[in-house]
Amino acid sequence: MSIYYAGLLADIGILTLGALSVYIILATDQLSLGNAGFMAIGSYISSFLTVELHWPLTAALIVAAATASVVGIVVGFPALRLKGIYLAIATLGFGEMVRSFFLVFRPMGGAGGFRGMQHVPLGYIWAWVAAILVMVTMLEQSRLWLQMRAIHDDETAAGLVGLNTTLIKVGGFGLGAAVAAVAGALFAHQYVYIEPGNFGFERSIDFVLAVILGGSTVGVGGLAGAALLVLLPEWLRFVAEWRLAAFGALLILVLLTRRQGILDRPLLAKLTFRSAAS
Amino acid sequence: MTAASSETLLRLDAVSKGFGGIRALSHVSLTVKRNRIVGVIGPNGAGKTTLFNLITGAYRTDAGAITFDGRQIARWRPYRIVRAGIARTFQNIRLFAGLTVWEHLLVAQARKVGMMRDALPLRWADPAVHTRAEEVLTFFGLENYRDLLARTLPYGIQRKVDMARALTTGPKLLLLDEPVAGMNHEEAHELRALLTRLNERGLSILLIEHDMGFVMNLCHELYVLDFGAIIAAGEPAAIRANPLVLDAYLGHEAAC
Repeated sequence: MSIYYAGLLADIGILTLGALSVYIILATDQLSLGNAGFMAIGSYISSFLTVELHWPLTAALIVAAATASVVGIVVGFPALRLKGIYLAIATLGFGEMVRSFFLVFRPMGGAGGFRGMQHVPLGYIWAWVAAILVMVTMLEQSRLWLQMRAIHDDETAAGLVGLNTTLIKVGGFGLGAAVAAVAGALFAHQYVYIEPGNFGFERSIDFVLAVILGGSTVGVGGLAGAALLVLLPEWLRFVAEWRLAAFGALLILVLLTRRQGILDRPLLAKLTFRSAAS
Repeated sequence: MTAASSETLLRLDAVSKGFGGIRALSHVSLTVKRNRIVGVIGPNGAGKTTLFNLITGAYRTDAGAITFDGRQIARWRPYRIVRAGIARTFQNIRLFAGLTVWEHLLVAQARKVGMMRDALPLRWADPAVHTRAEEVLTFFGLENYRDLLARTLPYGIQRKVDMARALTTGPKLLLLDEPVAGMNHEEAHELRALLTRLNERGLSILLIEHDMGFVMNLCHELYVLDFGAIIAAGEPAAIRANPLVLDAYLGHEAAC
């Protein structure tokens, strides 16, 4: 495989995880525009552990994910008081806060960035993507997922029929943050150099875009969205400087024709040769 | 005899609630004994739904005590109150838009195993969850609607799903907020039969209703709420003859 395609595949994998991190939080009706912040935390902590403390990557990655998860839970509590667009703006603020923190945090290079990570094989990235996709797919078949959807549909009613809405919503933030941190750790060890600019607002938007485009009602939609977001601009190179405009137009077209995103349950059932159950 | 096993299941002592300058409920006291069906009637705006919202923890009381099964529940969060054994239905039904009937019966069941096991695919879940849902599905005769989105179903069926969802939590006390609103005679009759059967199985019921005929035939005891206060309590026959109740319902020069 050429280095070019290997790079694209790594990008798809990392973006898929970013998309899943948004997807999990979105399942409880919370839109986070700050997941690049969790990604940054995962990136910097795992890099510190592998470069400075010579930890193996997998251990570093798990610790990074756990730490980001705790931060996610801390963010999840104030998020409980905000809804819709207000929450989106607050999480956006959180993401920028994290980015600015690493911009001035000298021990990890500040604005100059941080380097020294070992490059990670493509297979390692995709092993994580596969594992987390399987985890999300299993979660989607669980009672907990039903509870998340119930909260998504009517939070007050969900509480009054016995669901611990606080625990589930905050837990969603914690899990989403952990997945974003895994994406960050893999990103750091794919590019072997990180700087705060990698984790800006555009990154968070990319995650959300991959979910919306790929299908916000199924986890694998994140994979489809990520693949499109990475590959489309490449395939559109033939239109040269009109590339980004064409990309934007295609995005609008997809959303106009399929509001639920490219993948949804009925389509998925057809693709896997099962009869649509619902 | 301990409090938990005493005859009284739910007790409200001088419960008050205001919204801004408006006194929604003042010094409301009522008791639901085990295995009884108790009705709360009263004109629109009397505070009936507020009463339910206080019992289920949707609102906080300003004053007074709520005791359920021997425990003070007035400050508890709604989900804890459900787990303690109080389930409710809604006047405006409030089903989950994206869930099928079957999913409604799985989602609310209160269990002690915790989140980890609940995060596993349903086919690996505790078989008791399926058994319970199946039981309730059959009890309400909802088998034919099992895999349909609940919100797309006829009104009467949605009412049943709302009630079925409440029952899956395994309540000791069921609160029904205007259960026959919008139902025709036949449906109301069927519902009365269902409630009687549930009551015979040991479930206590507290219901709010406008339909006097319905409560008179079903309830063992009635409370009459008017302008946020209990103005009468007793057996249906006594309530029907109470002049205060007639005033509240039919209007009176002095009341206007």
